Amino acid sequence: MLLRHAPDLCEREVTPRDLYLNRRHLLAGFGGMMLAGTGVAHAAVKSPFSTDEALTSLKDITSYNNFYEFGTDKSDPARNAGRLTVKPWKVKIDGMVGKPGDYDLDDILKGVTIEERIYRMRCVEGWSMVIPWNGFPLASLLKRVEPQSGAKFVAFETLVRPSEMSGQGGFFKILDWPYVEGLRLDEAMNPLTLLATGLYGENLPNQNGAPLRLVVPWKYGFKGIKSIVRISLTDKQPPTSWNIQAPQEYGFYSNVNPEVDHPRWSQATERRIGDGGGLFAKRRPTLPFNGYAEQVAGLYTGMDLRKFY
Amino acid sequence: MALANLRIQPRFPTWPVYLAGLLPALWYLYQIFYGDLGADPAKTLEHAMGEWALRFLILGLAITPLRREFGIGLLKYRRAIGLAAFFYVVLHLLVYLLLDQGLDWSAIWADIVKRPYITIGMAGFLLLLPLAATSFNAAIRWLGGRNWNRLHKLVYPAVLAGAVHYVMLVKSWPLEPLVYLGIVLALLAWRVWRRA
Repeated sequence: MLLRHAPDLCEREVTPRDLYLNRRHLLAGFGGMMLAGTGVAHAAVKSPFSTDEALTSLKDITSYNNFYEFGTDKSDPARNAGRLTVKPWKVKIDGMVGKPGDYDLDDILKGVTIEERIYRMRCVEGWSMVIPWNGFPLASLLKRVEPQSGAKFVAFETLVRPSEMSGQGGFFKILDWPYVEGLRLDEAMNPLTLLATGLYGENLPNQNGAPLRLVVPWKYGFKGIKSIVRISLTDKQPPTSWNIQAPQEYGFYSNVNPEVDHPRWSQATERRIGDGGGLFAKRRPTLPFNGYAEQVAGLYTGMDLRKFY
Repeated sequence: MALANLRIQPRFPTWPVYLAGLLPALWYLYQIFYGDLGADPAKTLEHAMGEWALRFLILGLAITPLRREFGIGLLKYRRAIGLAAFFYVVLHLLVYLLLDQGLDWSAIWADIVKRPYITIGMAGFLLLLPLAATSFNAAIRWLGGRNWNRLHKLVYPAVLAGAVHYVMLVKSWPLEPLVYLGIVLALLAWRVWRRA
């Protein structure tokens, strides 16, 4: 057992944090040099898409998670996700692509430039965070596998491994596993759409969807499918987990929209986790497309966003 | 009432029960200042107060079945348990009004009118008001035992409202709220079965 985990030993476990952060800072200074490979923490290139809002703390980002594969309480993933083996990791890419295959994550990451993207994350439950992701545009991966001309949608699938994902077993099925999500191809190709491999400059913690997760900052958080094992291109709108669970509450698009309430609660405001006030943190207004309207509103011109929620 | 059949009847006074009712609140008060209420402290408090309200309500509802089925006589502690439940209902409501909504009355009113789970929760609170207001001996004398008893049957719809309120606010069907609802339904069904 010990041996099996040995290769996962990464820099943060052997080097004091301030030291390696400092070292990474230096590396970034040398023209954004990149440390490829998944066993090593990221040195990320900064992005113009990043917000300069105050970051949510690493502790809050890694202890307050909705990842039902590990339990429904938001503290469950941090407690239970440690058992998940994330190396080796394969991603099946299939459907309407020129180069289908079972790709090793290491191969996917070869030659990819890891960027830092500081994005707002708005949960459908009415809270939000600001998260410094590390990752690369989904578009760059899709281009590499050559989508066919008829492809219109991208479907994603999370790992099913009840032996390591405690929420997938048990008597009571919370969701139909595997968790599935989907995007329209033009949404998937938007430069904001990110495949994240890390946050705060470190490998993605398991509870945040290691080793590879989707981040679509203008949509509610649940669209950001975690621990991805399959990406398929199709010509039909793929099923999505929460839409299957409660179709009248969660649509395929699920764009952040303060005007369209969840049937059971308002989406007009949100509470920013860790916002100075602590216990007395005020709610703030939720922005259309979570503040990314400038980049993405054009994707939906002419669509009735009340109907396509 | 088959008083003669009571097999277990604790003799200790009621004040320790009142005190025990305060313990969860004191624990959370301590957590606010010295502990850790997690990433969303207002939500943590809101949910904790709601759950403790439900627990005490269920405890209060269990007293008669325990007496009739198992000969356990806890009747004299029921007022303390009921008042503890009401105390947590009020705290739950205050956390919602003050910390969750920040006293934004238009948002709160919209919630009450538009969100069935808030409507039901608020209805449950209103149903408990007259019970809390008549929870002292003089009130029983004024109303007369029979009327007082009849009035206090409002606790049944109130508990049901609380349990349904919980089930309605969660995503998917996690186990915990369903367990609470199950217990409440069983305790209410017992009353129908024994009396009707």
